[in-house]
Amino acid sequence: MAQPIAIKATGLTKRFGDFTAVDGISFEVYQGEIFGFLGANGAGKTTAMRMLCGLSIPTGGTATVAGFDVYEQTEQIKRSIGYMSQKFSLYEDLTVKENIRFYAGIYGKSDAFIKEKTAFLLKELHMEAEGNKLVRSLPLGWKQKLAFSVAIFHEPGIVFLDEPTGGVDPVTRREFWNMIYQAAARGITVFVTTHYMDEAEYCNRVSIMVDGRIDALDTPRELKRSLQAASMDEVFLKLARKATRNAD
Amino acid sequence: MRTLKFLLQKEFRQIFRDPAIIRILFLMPLIQLMILPRAADYEVKNIRLSVVDHDHSDYSRQLISKVTASGYFQLDNYSNSYALGMDAVEKDKADLILEIPANFEKTLVKEDQATLFMAINAINGVKANLGGAYLRTIIQDFNQEVRMEWIQFPRFSPELKIAITSSNWYNPSMNYRLFMVPGILVVLVTMVGSFLTSLNIVKEKEIGTIEQINVTPIRKYHFILGKLIPFWVLGIVVLTLGLLLARFAYNVIPQASLLTIYVFSAVYLLAVLGLGLLLSTYTANQQQAMLLSFFIMMVFILLGGLYTSIDSMPAWAQWLTKINPVAYFVEVMRMVILKGSTLSDIKPQLAVVSAIALVLNGWAILSYKKRA
Repeated sequence: MAQPIAIKATGLTKRFGDFTAVDGISFEVYQGEIFGFLGANGAGKTTAMRMLCGLSIPTGGTATVAGFDVYEQTEQIKRSIGYMSQKFSLYEDLTVKENIRFYAGIYGKSDAFIKEKTAFLLKELHMEAEGNKLVRSLPLGWKQKLAFSVAIFHEPGIVFLDEPTGGVDPVTRREFWNMIYQAAARGITVFVTTHYMDEAEYCNRVSIMVDGRIDALDTPRELKRSLQAASMDEVFLKLARKATRNAD
Repeated sequence: MRTLKFLLQKEFRQIFRDPAIIRILFLMPLIQLMILPRAADYEVKNIRLSVVDHDHSDYSRQLISKVTASGYFQLDNYSNSYALGMDAVEKDKADLILEIPANFEKTLVKEDQATLFMAINAINGVKANLGGAYLRTIIQDFNQEVRMEWIQFPRFSPELKIAITSSNWYNPSMNYRLFMVPGILVVLVTMVGSFLTSLNIVKEKEIGTIEQINVTPIRKYHFILGKLIPFWVLGIVVLTLGLLLARFAYNVIPQASLLTIYVFSAVYLLAVLGLGLLLSTYTANQQQAMLLSFFIMMVFILLGGLYTSIDSMPAWAQWLTKINPVAYFVEVMRMVILKGSTLSDIKPQLAVVSAIALVLNGWAILSYKKRA
């Protein structure tokens, strides 16, 4: 495939003392694709993602994100990516608008840009009435959708989502994935971890991590075919069962 | 600079939206300044006295009334056996026993000499020391009066007596409030600076927003300034409130210019904010941060010369106070408020506290990592 590459990892490794959390993983993520990064708890997904985001220094291997090196150019990487962590990371004691303004502001966006885009976004999210409410008072599903919108507000090329739909009801999960599709349609590369196998079906390609290594990487259809599985659920179970590492 | 603007805006919004912080900021100075200087001072009063009087003479009664009239003692127990007096001490009903022997008056008049016995409950060391000293002074006074009364002039004054009179400079009436108020201002500013900063940053760690901040292109120094400036401002606000209270509640008016106080406080706040920042980089949650800053502040404040004199500490402890910013602030506040010292007088202290501020903040910035 001659598609431009957004993320490229080669032998990326992270050790904590004797423990190898991420064991020489190599993969490429193409621009504009939705890349599912699957694995059981403790397989090393979050650690790998933190290295790609410039939050954690790799022990070995190389990787580039948006063309920038994860060792040397973390500041440039940070300018080019959006990130939504497992933990909810908006300020609960600020209002919806204040959160948007803060995060957009620290990415250096102008007041005019912030104002215009905030209005547009709130309309899109059907949250015009909630703009001046404290984030604390919103239901979880709304918070997650808001957090995703804030993560891509500064129009990054790549967005990293770490279990973005944990604890969210099925209807909101579906809405959330619609938002992901819209972002991908605008050319944003989406790198997402999840435990929901129905969500894995939505991805262009998925990788499955077992014990710190990538055991499989392909389109959902190909994975199901090669492992003779009826669903991604079965694919995941067949691969993840081999894990020797205990979940954390 | 624009980044900093957004950080400050967010920080101030959060502070003013938290009713607990606002209450603490206004009530802490009010309560500390209204209660502590009035209650917690070094004067020992209400010493409970148990008198064991074997003499029952005019003189013994005169002595007792002189002692109780001093205002420091209250007669709680009057008996004629030492065992009864001791019983009162054991039941914690008396702090001090004064035993007047039989024939006290007789021997005093005849032989110009008499013995009194004093037993002190020394569980509370300060009370015991001062109580004993007060009582001795009163008895000496009494002795002097008796001699004046009985011994005729030519025979009087067999030995030369040196009478000492003294004047108390800088605090003429030895008003303990004047002494305590500046010290309590120090405690206030210190608590705001260190506790609030460390708790605030650790809170962001706890809720996970710091991780979100770390994936943004915010520079480390922007983030740290964004935290330091708001709490520096709060510290100055609390200091101002405290100074106003001191002025109107206790009539404590700084002898020298307010500017001197503010200049030193500004630098001092940087030092304690640096400490708060440093603590927050080494702790993972608010409980840890709270316990650690409480522990450190306790040591700093108790060894800071606020309650006990640094000069009477052992040499190693005096050496420790050299790196204790609280000690410098207590010293400077008292110098400026009581003695009227000016900026040039406090230069050495200012230099040391600046150095402490530099070291603590530098260390904090180095140990604050955006990546692990």
